[in-house]
Amino acid sequence: MYAFDYKNPSSLSEATDMLRSSEDGQLIAGGHTLLPTLKQRLASVSDLIDLASVSELKGISVGDGSVTIGAMTTHAEVAASSDVRNSIPALADLADGIGDPQVRNRGTIGGSIANNDPAADYPAALVGLGATVNTDSRSIPADDFFTGMFETALVENEIVTSITFPAPDRAAYCKFPNPASRYAIVGVFVSQGSGGVRVAVTGAGAGIFRVSEMESALAESFKSASVADVQISDEGLNEDIHASAEYRAHLVTVMAKRAVDKANS
Amino acid sequence: MGDTGIGASVRRKEDLRFVRGAGKYTDDMNLEGQAYAYILRSPHAHASISSIDTSAARASDGVIAVFTSEDMTAVGGIPCGWQVHSKDGNPMAEPKHPVLAEGKVRHAGDPVAVVIAKSRTQAQDASEGIIIDYDVLDAVVDMQKAVMEGTTSVHDDVGTNVCYDWALGDKDAVDEAFANANHVASLDLVNNRLIPNAIEPRCAIGDYDQSTEQYTLHTTSQNPHVIRLLMAAFVLGLPEHKLRVNAPDVGGGFGSKIFHYAEEIIVTWAAGQLNKPVKWTADRSESFVSDAHGRDHVTTVELALDGNGKFLALRETTLANMGAYLSTFAPCIPTYLHGTLLAGQYSTPAIYCEVKAVFTNTVPVDAYRGAGRPEATYLLERIVQVAADELGIDATEIRRRNFIQPDEFPYQTPVALVYDTGNYQASMSKALASADYDGFAGRKEASRHAGKLRGIGIASYIEACGIAPSNVAGALGARAGLYEAATIRVNPTGSVSVLTGSHSHGQGHETTFAQVVSDKLGIDFDSVNVVHGDTDKIPFGMGTYGSRSIAVGGSAIVKAIDKIVAKGKKIAAHLLETSESDIEFENGQFVVPGTDKAKAFGEIAFAAYVPHQYPLEELEPGLEETAFYDPKNFTFPAGTYVCEVEVDQDTGTVDIASFHATDDFGTVINPMIVEGQVHGGLVQGIGQAILEGCSYDENGQLLSGSYMDYTMPRATDVPSFTVDTTVTECEHNPLGVKGCGEAGAIGSPPAVMNAILNALSEVGVTHLDMPATPHRVWQAIRDAQAS
Repeated sequence: MYAFDYKNPSSLSEATDMLRSSEDGQLIAGGHTLLPTLKQRLASVSDLIDLASVSELKGISVGDGSVTIGAMTTHAEVAASSDVRNSIPALADLADGIGDPQVRNRGTIGGSIANNDPAADYPAALVGLGATVNTDSRSIPADDFFTGMFETALVENEIVTSITFPAPDRAAYCKFPNPASRYAIVGVFVSQGSGGVRVAVTGAGAGIFRVSEMESALAESFKSASVADVQISDEGLNEDIHASAEYRAHLVTVMAKRAVDKANS
Repeated sequence: MGDTGIGASVRRKEDLRFVRGAGKYTDDMNLEGQAYAYILRSPHAHASISSIDTSAARASDGVIAVFTSEDMTAVGGIPCGWQVHSKDGNPMAEPKHPVLAEGKVRHAGDPVAVVIAKSRTQAQDASEGIIIDYDVLDAVVDMQKAVMEGTTSVHDDVGTNVCYDWALGDKDAVDEAFANANHVASLDLVNNRLIPNAIEPRCAIGDYDQSTEQYTLHTTSQNPHVIRLLMAAFVLGLPEHKLRVNAPDVGGGFGSKIFHYAEEIIVTWAAGQLNKPVKWTADRSESFVSDAHGRDHVTTVELALDGNGKFLALRETTLANMGAYLSTFAPCIPTYLHGTLLAGQYSTPAIYCEVKAVFTNTVPVDAYRGAGRPEATYLLERIVQVAADELGIDATEIRRRNFIQPDEFPYQTPVALVYDTGNYQASMSKALASADYDGFAGRKEASRHAGKLRGIGIASYIEACGIAPSNVAGALGARAGLYEAATIRVNPTGSVSVLTGSHSHGQGHETTFAQVVSDKLGIDFDSVNVVHGDTDKIPFGMGTYGSRSIAVGGSAIVKAIDKIVAKGKKIAAHLLETSESDIEFENGQFVVPGTDKAKAFGEIAFAAYVPHQYPLEELEPGLEETAFYDPKNFTFPAGTYVCEVEVDQDTGTVDIASFHATDDFGTVINPMIVEGQVHGGLVQGIGQAILEGCSYDENGQLLSGSYMDYTMPRATDVPSFTVDTTVTECEHNPLGVKGCGEAGAIGSPPAVMNAILNALSEVGVTHLDMPATPHRVWQAIRDAQAS
């Protein structure tokens, strides 16, 4: 780790000021990607601006048919929230399956989506539910937020403040975890609600993507049999020592089927 | 036995300090004025170095010194502790293993330079200013390519990548048996490379006292005296009496902390050069590329059988990876700890194996929990299962037909070893009953209803603990003795300090050894203290590896106790005014049977140290005895493991549904500790079978270089184990013990793989290499369906 200045703002405006005035500042939320990167000296920052004391970024609120989760809310808090559990149980389940207890008690939803790891779980929920990302300057539909591997629509110095999820009629997330890291080799989030059917896939490709063929089949009949014969192409999918592109393509169908069954149970 | 004697499940004494965070590990030590070493390692697997410019690093903040191999010309290479000879009689190729790279790097992670600074961060900062001019060479990674003519050599002075070409057994007899066999089963398999992951990364602190010219090395070692001998005599040329090696609490070794590592030499040498303590602590990423790896064999095995399923002969050819350099005991692992185990539990009359050890541009490979024996057991128990399946004989029946019978001991195998005792039927019967082997069909049906494939697998393993005797090991190439030493120091008030050459890094010696002493001397368990790890305190001992501690170290303790009792009898005879031959020692009392004459152990101890009424003209005062014990033979734990798995065909996921182990460890000192050892071994073996796969790319870069990609077993990956024991006592050591540290890791991989392949036989899969990851299992099913 290279030396940096640690900053601990107590409000969003203070955090923004610190970020703008720093030479090469970086926000830190749970730090689960950033800290290992810094420790391995793969990145260096002039200032590390910790959002942990910014109370505006915390908390879960329920609105009319939606749930809004503050960016600094930990995975464990989402998993344990009765508001989330009542409105969108699939989202609580997803949060409960991220990493391990240490990760869940430090990692945050805002940090996860701003980082946009192609194998992270939360992007699947955001796109799979048609959520909206709220920042300090605007609101961005999830479909437009994730723009590529570790890339998002956020502009310089823009800070994610919360995410608003519409409550679906039914939804579920199934993932096949990498046996070592427990990131998703393939994770599929399915939902049916006022906005229609959504099928969002994480882990398999360079970033989160939707499977329109599955969505239209499920719109006709929300049953696992509807997606059982939908095989996605393995072209462009990720390959590594844990899974070939072909295996990932196969797992998308398997996980989609299981997610639909779970959503219906 | 009482509640703390031999056979009692006494809670581990040492755990009180460990669970309170009060253990004292090497990295917990910080010496006054200490400097920190950062080791700059090669990013390339194979490259020549044309220049190293350290000038910027030397000028960097806080830097005390920067060293490369040019500064260490008076320091020898890292020695190898075992010399194997090829079948043509030539000694193995033994290229120099420099402490810091000399003109060439041979694996990613090879140490090139060391920066010593006032802080670790300053040392690392400075290391980034070192400019090294590398000319990258072709990396030798794949063993089968490595042995082909014309392949780049890892060591220019060796010329080929073959370290040795070793053979064991009667080739002609084996060839003849194969020619006349009714059936021949054959199998190509890989024993996957593993990366040890002790919870405590390695650490070393060198210290030098100018006034006494005394060096000290505090290090994470399983055998401090071995390190002292190797480093003093072969590397630094120090007088042995001027070097103390201290291995305090050590957080797991599994073999990886047996070996003498470059970092130990660097900090000790640098402490002398700089006249200040120098500390180095590995981070986890560094451990992945600097701790010796394990296993890594590519093997062809064939089994010849007669019409009744009796084994006629076994033949094995193996390529064994040595990595870039010969680690301390690397040459003996795939030879004398592997080929000699190929009889297993069976009376196979003829066995022949050929092992080529191969240099590659990878991290050195050496002993890892089981060391050679897991590889032997795996190939044997897999080929036995293949033969059973091909001949349509039940897995248990084919083993039963070939077991060495209880009345055949001592049993001379065709691969040099003589088994002293055993009862293989007994442990198999117990394991099968525990696993409800006969009820498998019902469970398989239930799994089928749940959409899963279910399989059952058996493995009957043999293991050899405590390499012995020293003269035989020496004739086979060992460059060290393989005895153990113990001192029993009775204190004037009757408490006992046990100074042992064995080293505990998780085994629980402070408890089990105290149980032995308490039991034998009839004194309170809590009045026995076990001291280990510090060469300034303990007698010259060989340390702990190969499940040798109780069988060899425990025997040395018993021999020393015998000497204490013998002297105690002399003292008691004097005090009781009788003849020494009249005295017996029982339950902590020296008594004259048939009389009320008795002296308690404590009274004798006090008399020895306050010798006012004492036969001073015949007997020295004091009560302290040392014994060195050199075993007559290995010990041979054995057992049968039964594993059941469920396979999810859609994803390829293997779930270990149940695991039943029955082991014969001879006399068991502490059943709870033994059970824990078996659990740990099973988890490591299951890890090898389904999770852990070290992976290099074609350029010799380690792809599985962190926990993001190297799958360590988690609690949720294993079932609740059912473990039990049977007992045939070892006949050649005083406690009748055999050793239990490695058995679990030896017997479980074939049990798991046999179970997986049993499950997959329904879908046409006949072979799979470890680790049976979901992707591999899915691919195998898919390939079988396609063909």
